[in-house]
Amino acid sequence: MAARLGPAVGGLSRRLGAGGGGVIGGRVTLALDPSALPRLAAGRRSALVSGTNGKTTTTRLLARALETAGPVVTNAGGANLPYGLVAALSAAPPDASRAALEVDEAYLGRVADAVHPEAVVLLNLSRDQLDRINEVRMLAGRWRTAVSALAPSTAVVANADDPMVVWGAQPARRVIWVAAGMSWRLDASGCPACEGRIVFSGEAAWSCTCGFTRPPVDVWLEGSDMVTAGSSAPASRSSHSAPRRLTLDLALPGRCNRANAAMAVTAAEVMGADAERAAAALATVADVDGRYGVVRVGGAGARLLLAKNPAGWAEIFDLLTPAPAPVVVAINARVADGRDPSWLWDVPFERLAGRTVVATGERCRDLAVRLRYAEVAHETVPDLTGAVARAAALAPPAPPAAAGPSVPPVDVVANYTSFQSLRRLAA
Amino acid sequence: MSPTRADSAVRIVVVHPDLLGTYGDGGNGVILARRLQWRGLAAELVEATSGAPVPATGDVYCLGGGEDGPEARSAAELAPGSPLGRAVESGAAVLAVCAGFQVIGSSFPGAGGAEHAGIGLIDVRSRKGSGRRAVGELVTRPDPALGLPELTGYENHGAVTELGRGVEPLARVVSGVGNGTEDGAEGARSGRVFCTYMHGPVLARNPALADAVLESVTGALAPLDDTEAEDLRSERLAAARRSRPGLWRRVVSRG
Repeated sequence: MAARLGPAVGGLSRRLGAGGGGVIGGRVTLALDPSALPRLAAGRRSALVSGTNGKTTTTRLLARALETAGPVVTNAGGANLPYGLVAALSAAPPDASRAALEVDEAYLGRVADAVHPEAVVLLNLSRDQLDRINEVRMLAGRWRTAVSALAPSTAVVANADDPMVVWGAQPARRVIWVAAGMSWRLDASGCPACEGRIVFSGEAAWSCTCGFTRPPVDVWLEGSDMVTAGSSAPASRSSHSAPRRLTLDLALPGRCNRANAAMAVTAAEVMGADAERAAAALATVADVDGRYGVVRVGGAGARLLLAKNPAGWAEIFDLLTPAPAPVVVAINARVADGRDPSWLWDVPFERLAGRTVVATGERCRDLAVRLRYAEVAHETVPDLTGAVARAAALAPPAPPAAAGPSVPPVDVVANYTSFQSLRRLAA
Repeated sequence: MSPTRADSAVRIVVVHPDLLGTYGDGGNGVILARRLQWRGLAAELVEATSGAPVPATGDVYCLGGGEDGPEARSAAELAPGSPLGRAVESGAAVLAVCAGFQVIGSSFPGAGGAEHAGIGLIDVRSRKGSGRRAVGELVTRPDPALGLPELTGYENHGAVTELGRGVEPLARVVSGVGNGTEDGAEGARSGRVFCTYMHGPVLARNPALADAVLESVTGALAPLDDTEAEDLRSERLAAARRSRPGLWRRVVSRG
């Protein structure tokens, strides 16, 4: 009954225009049948993807990689709490024997207990939504409990460059360590093992005097290649014998997405996909739930970028159209964003000097004060559509020879709920 | 005792930004330095990361919020022959926020709840609170002696902080939790030491408090154009008023 009523309510919600229908349907199903998640996951080979940043993108890449081995069910829209997973699984085609599921970092243990995953991908942990999460170390501690309860055969694919992830993944019986990088280190200075101090040396080494240190890695990046260690790795880690190099030819920009892809291919291989075919398939992912896509907002073109915390912003600066192109920055502080936008002070907005930033969103005033102290030229336009229009008016015209629109799309960097609002405006 | 440093740069030291900076608190240092520069005064911003001694020659020391483990680490590093104590004795000011507030006191609850020694710069003791963690908008009315308007900020802490004799609260709670004691105290002040649970950073929303900290070491400062900060203040004060429990909720909760 619950299995049918949930999707029915979801359909009603869609028809009434209340939302995508997935979430409310999942809530109803879960309220009527608390065991819906284990029931719907049973008999499927599942991978869970968690972390502060890159969950949605990595889940998308993993789903595409797994599709090379057969039909896949995934929660592509980023609804990553248990009811979102229930909604996605309820809507799965009957032949989808594999699942790629994004999971909120605070719910990993609960979901793993219900789903019995074959692979768990742990990306990173940093400050985000601190009004809800409170402490990064508390999350890492919960991950330790979660991975301790996994079946011995479950492979944890974990980022060796992030001490908080290593601390969280360490108790797992099978770990594949990936050098996935870490561009934001300020949440990892205090050692989670001993209250000592983690010392980072260079790009890829870190350790504490207590002996807690970066584990030897099984997978790493060299340029756009993903390299996997060979047979010297214990049998419990990588399943193949020869060292291997795969080129990651991605449509998604940036080093962080190559790292996400390496994590996805590794997990896909654990779940029976051919690594070469999986890696090749990733080139077809160009747009992840609206990220990096160009849309029309009002009369202007906007390239949408998501950045919701300092670690996310660390990856954004290099992706922006160079100065003097203006940038729209949209900031909200709803529950899904975290109620407190203090993190704006950890973003080096000083790097936007030389262009005009149009501050928008419900918390544009917090941003305006931050930009004033960063001494970055800015204007405040609370309305999203008006902000994009204002930035388009400030944009230098495209060179006459260039094809296409005379005004290039403006870069819009938005945090979570402001990003969703922009997508709705564009729809 | 009244160091007016017109002859040399005012040195702002952000203490352990790698351990005590979870809530963007490093911004307080940026704000203090900019407010001096905008007035044509020389300012130097020093980030004193952990693992090395904190310079003893600062004029203003800023400490921010942090998690339990890093907080304990910071206190352990600052404790021996605390340069902060010596600097304050020779006229420096301190802005200590959240975990930083706890660290400069006598004791605070470490990870797991065990009592941890602070550096004893002021007589305040923090202990594990019995109720829910204090998370949300905080509005307070500052000590009238400071001549400051209402303060607005955001708090996120689990501890309750008791003030010892001779330590005044920075402000009284209008809405939110603050120190968590019966008397509605928020933060602490003792001479040039300013403490608060308003992270945020607190100075972004409260430029008058920023100037009060600065003026405690520089003397009177010229006014600045704070239109944008005032817009933010009005918005946050209005939002806090809206979110206060209305009459109907109080009636319902009395049952």
